[in-house]
Amino acid sequence: MSVETAPPPGKGVVETYPPHPDGILGGNHNIVTLGDKIADVVIGTGPTPKAWWVFFLFGFALLQGLVIGLIWLFWYGTGVWGINQPVAWGLAIVNFVWWIGIGHAGTLISAILLLMHQKWRTSINRYAEAMTLFAVACAGLFPLIHMGRVWLGYWLFPFPNNMAVWPQFRSPLAWDVFAVSTYLTVSFVFWYVGLIPDLAALRDAGRNKAQRYLYGFFALGWRGSAIHWRRYEKLYLLLAGLGTPLVFSVHTIVSFDFAVSIVPLWHATIFPPFFVAGAIFSGFAMVVWLAVPLRHFYGMKDFITDKHLELCAKVMIATGLLVSYGYFLEVWMAWYSHSLYEWNSTMQRMWTGPYWWSYWCLILTNTVIPQLMWFKRVRCNELLLFIIAGSVHIGMWFERYVIVIALSRDQIPGAWGRYAPTIWDYALMFGSVGLFITLFCLFIRFLPMISITEMREFLPFKQGGRDGHGCMENAK
Amino acid sequence: MSDSTATSAPAVYGVLAEFTNADALVDATRQARLAGYSRMDGYSPYAVGEVADELGFPRSEIGAVMFIGGLCGATFGLLMQTWVSVYDYPISIGGKPFWSWPQFVPVSWALLVLTASMSGLFGLLALCGLPQPYHPLFNVPQFARATRDRFFLCIEAVDPQFEVGKVTTFLNTLNPESVAEVPE
Repeated sequence: MSVETAPPPGKGVVETYPPHPDGILGGNHNIVTLGDKIADVVIGTGPTPKAWWVFFLFGFALLQGLVIGLIWLFWYGTGVWGINQPVAWGLAIVNFVWWIGIGHAGTLISAILLLMHQKWRTSINRYAEAMTLFAVACAGLFPLIHMGRVWLGYWLFPFPNNMAVWPQFRSPLAWDVFAVSTYLTVSFVFWYVGLIPDLAALRDAGRNKAQRYLYGFFALGWRGSAIHWRRYEKLYLLLAGLGTPLVFSVHTIVSFDFAVSIVPLWHATIFPPFFVAGAIFSGFAMVVWLAVPLRHFYGMKDFITDKHLELCAKVMIATGLLVSYGYFLEVWMAWYSHSLYEWNSTMQRMWTGPYWWSYWCLILTNTVIPQLMWFKRVRCNELLLFIIAGSVHIGMWFERYVIVIALSRDQIPGAWGRYAPTIWDYALMFGSVGLFITLFCLFIRFLPMISITEMREFLPFKQGGRDGHGCMENAK
Repeated sequence: MSDSTATSAPAVYGVLAEFTNADALVDATRQARLAGYSRMDGYSPYAVGEVADELGFPRSEIGAVMFIGGLCGATFGLLMQTWVSVYDYPISIGGKPFWSWPQFVPVSWALLVLTASMSGLFGLLALCGLPQPYHPLFNVPQFARATRDRFFLCIEAVDPQFEVGKVTTFLNTLNPESVAEVPE
């Protein structure tokens, strides 16, 4: 396809527009300059920012830790980890739950905020969805390698086999398989469907044959027909409608891994809502962590505005309070239940046990420090928000650590034990962070980090858009 | 018209008019519908629902497709777990009944979402005839801006009233940016 008729980028601005009434769009953009600004990152002629190389190489180096850790693990077996009885899950499940929690914000932003007519989701939903995909990929790795014989991973799925056995469908671990694989697939579908019109835009704006062919291949021949758009919007809305309960159900099922057991401090009905709130909490912390470099190194402040960061902070403080309520309720229920084991395990967790310090790390990083976000000055300060989000990452990791480590002190003192992760636990943990950074850097380099199409539609009428989203208002 | 016989030798897909904003496209589509054209389509960089309304496509089929897909997935999930846990491989877990259906809900639900989403995606592709790498419209150079900043209306040759000259004249009355014949 030809682009001879398209004006060169930067020539599109012909007038000055008033600032956006909600403060969620900066700069002076019309549909051409907006699209060019986002598309130039992936098809532009300019050099890739140096910061991209720094992040990419850092992530890629960490990724080697994962590769080496996996090779050693597959060669030697799960004995290279610190797991044993009674703490049989160890960091593998801590990391699994931590990552999948981070993954939940992407779908929350895409789906729930769409259903709630929150226009500010538009400039962050694309990269948040990518974040979801990569985080779920990192999460899915851990239960798989925790099995020990990873090459038999397909045994998790129900299929007719000559051993004549089937999965045990009353086990939350079997539900997990379906929940996580469905979540990964549906997140991918949602992300890809959103990408199709953008890929078509990149195809038509491509600067060389390779770009036009590659983006054209994945754009599937999309041409923006009104009939297609009608179906597309309906699909997008319905995927959001399915994605919303899916987010809640996935993390509920993850919490069932613990809550359905009869271990003290695990056997609690508060777990599903507590886990879901924690997932959204940590996911938004990651959204902030990704937004800050994108704003700085790619100059996306026009689209990811201070207002966006403030709104993310507000979601974090709300979900953070829900999580803190969960911490409070755990202790309250242990006391109020008059169960000797519950109360003793709680005291061990908080005070007399060997891991009491991890509980207070959790309270400090997840409950105390995030209270700073009550101040508008903190919510509007990028650096402080970045630090608080980092504190939430640490806190949410410790939350799962505290839960998993509860196994070291359960009912019978004779069964008590200790747990210490080995270097291979940490190699895989930080290696998975490397995997995430690497994948995210590649995504930023090759795909539009903000939805071009949705941002164009979101522009006010005078700037060439529709001042909102048809699929929020009247998808049919 | 006299010139229609002259141009009928090279096959024509339709005539394409280019507009600079969405409202102009909506207006043009309405005018074309009122003028009696029925086989046409609008093209835009983002969804403009009013165009589909004017084209006489008030409701998409995707809802029904996904509903049926989801129903099939959930039914399959429930039946599969029932068959496995009650008939083929019954094992007693904590003394629960073999058909402990509440515990089959999570997997059935996951399969419902999975099949509904996949049928939505594949339904969209099938109904729209995608992937379609070649389309006659891609022959028109200015159509590259349909994903950028321009809005197009194409009256197709399959329309019973179609005649190249007549349609071109009609589209020119709608104040377009350009009008072009689309070779097949």
